[in-house]
Amino acid sequence: MNPRLKLLVTCVSLGLTSFAGSGAVAQEKIKIGVSIPSADHGWTGGVDFFAQEAKKRLEAAYKNLEVVVVTATGASDQANTLEDLVATQKIKALVILPYESAPLTDPVRQVKSKGVYITVVDRALTDSTIQDLYVAGDNPGMGKIAAKYFVDKLGGKGDIVVLRGLPTVIDNQRFDAFVEGIKGSQIKLLDAKYANWNRDDGFKVMQDFLTRFPHIDAVWAQDDDIAIGVLDALKQAHREKEMWVVGGGGMKQAVKRVLDKDTATPVDIIYSPSMIGLAIEVTAVHLVSGLPTNGHYIVDSPLITPENASQYYFPNSPY
Amino acid sequence: MNSAEPIETGSRPRRIEAAKVWRLARDFGPLVALVLLVILGWALNPNFTSWTNLSNVLTRSAFIGIISVGATFVIVSGEIDLSVGAMAAFIASLMIIVVNSVAETTGNLPLAVTAGLGAGLVIGLLTGLANGLLVTRGKIDSFIVTLGTMGIFRSLVIFVCNGGTLTLNSDVREAFRPIYYNAWLNVPIPVWILATVTVAGAIVLAKTRFGRYCRAVGSNSEVAFYSAIRVDRIRLVAFVVQGFCVSLATVLYVPRLGSASYGTALGGELEAITAVVVGGTALRGGYGRVWGSIAGALILSLIGNILNLTSIISVYLNGAVQGLIILGAALLQRGSRKR
Repeated sequence: MNPRLKLLVTCVSLGLTSFAGSGAVAQEKIKIGVSIPSADHGWTGGVDFFAQEAKKRLEAAYKNLEVVVVTATGASDQANTLEDLVATQKIKALVILPYESAPLTDPVRQVKSKGVYITVVDRALTDSTIQDLYVAGDNPGMGKIAAKYFVDKLGGKGDIVVLRGLPTVIDNQRFDAFVEGIKGSQIKLLDAKYANWNRDDGFKVMQDFLTRFPHIDAVWAQDDDIAIGVLDALKQAHREKEMWVVGGGGMKQAVKRVLDKDTATPVDIIYSPSMIGLAIEVTAVHLVSGLPTNGHYIVDSPLITPENASQYYFPNSPY
Repeated sequence: MNSAEPIETGSRPRRIEAAKVWRLARDFGPLVALVLLVILGWALNPNFTSWTNLSNVLTRSAFIGIISVGATFVIVSGEIDLSVGAMAAFIASLMIIVVNSVAETTGNLPLAVTAGLGAGLVIGLLTGLANGLLVTRGKIDSFIVTLGTMGIFRSLVIFVCNGGTLTLNSDVREAFRPIYYNAWLNVPIPVWILATVTVAGAIVLAKTRFGRYCRAVGSNSEVAFYSAIRVDRIRLVAFVVQGFCVSLATVLYVPRLGSASYGTALGGELEAITAVVVGGTALRGGYGRVWGSIAGALILSLIGNILNLTSIISVYLNGAVQGLIILGAALLQRGSRKR
């Protein structure tokens, strides 16, 4: 053999052995794969933040645990990342917040068939037998609690408008439960329009509602980003004293307003992105301790009032 | 006379009088669509024609309107810029960072606002220049260049926002607000800026050498080249003009809600391109008009406004209504340009 070639071969084989060695060490760690949507609006930004926080905390607490967080920009992209997590990371458990329920059901089923523990967060898959653990907020509860607050605060009578999110299951659950909740009272729902879970559209839609309706008692924006846009529209029209606004989610600015007893934002309703952290923690407990954790964890959507707001205020969160 | 001027032979003027009137009507298609929409809005809700509502619509059109003036130059010269929405978000987030940090270090609010405005304009010019250089020096198709920079700007926004939302500190916010909310002679400041940019853009495109060269390059860059026009220079300047317009639009965007996030101006590039094309500018270049683009931008805002002011149509069909009106407006101005 040509001496140069020989040298090359030795180098390559040495490299391969050391690579295989490091692989063996890495495999001793238990890996949890976390697949979440990329930060495309405030709430998912919060999801990314709380996932990273959980990763730091768990990896410090358990030396043999590794949490791999990957973000996806859409349903099909998320399906690809699942394949990668299984093929290259050899994960023992998957924590997934699906972009959309239906398209991801089969890809998650395939991960499950490899013996991976499955934790589904927030958006349920269409086949609930796939998941071992389900952690979610309470979307219908959010609508119900808001409706109860509106009925109580308005004394069962008044004119209100609603700004919806994006046309999805989550939005429908919230909205339907809200409409159900105000049924029987004399509260008149003037109209409901989509504001796409963002501030700009919240501002525009509210401007137009203000043009259209000379009298509004209250606004259900069901999301804190939308609510911020709504409040600016009220301020512009000098009508912020006429009505109050209820958002939702538990964004720090909104919680701060409640804490400061702002009359235009009397309460907020939690739908916290921190549920992803809870899901990762419980999954880690299962992997490390072997304790049975299967089941449904529904995180309540409590009403935040000036009295309890401080325990829901996370100034460091991007959400 | 420059070869790029639309060919108006001037001979036999009398005999084509009727055809000319018809052509004039078609030429003003976007305006006709605009007037029809206003009548529709008025018929559906009497509040529609209140000055508050009209000034709301005009003010919210300023953002896409100003961007579409720049887009008109880019498209007329035969290029496309897909990065404008992401660029606006990028400029907005950097502007907020600059304003907040200057306000924190010096405590001087007017200085902070001025620094923010300056930074915004400089970044706009630089990003436009970057797009232009990649197209002209890099010899890459503008579709691909701006698709690439769109992704870069958008993800830089997520990066600097740390996946969340950047917000102006509340005291600077108050100092910044007047730019969007104040009015002069009862007309909001953004509308004045939109009007100024429109008039300036229309004059530059229709009456100056640069405007004629843009049309010549977009019409046939080979012929323009052999006519001693510095084709690359014209394209480069068109992209810089676009960058300037985006930064000007962003200067109006930031004070409105005082925040920027991933969702800022998401899809803005498509809105701007739609406004330009509905306004009668040829998507393949060579012909265009700035006032048409503004009419297009107003049409887009009016559709949303009218849909919000009524509940005849299910909200699930909003997108379909928008699509139909855009197609209708495009049909109205079809054939205004004989090719």
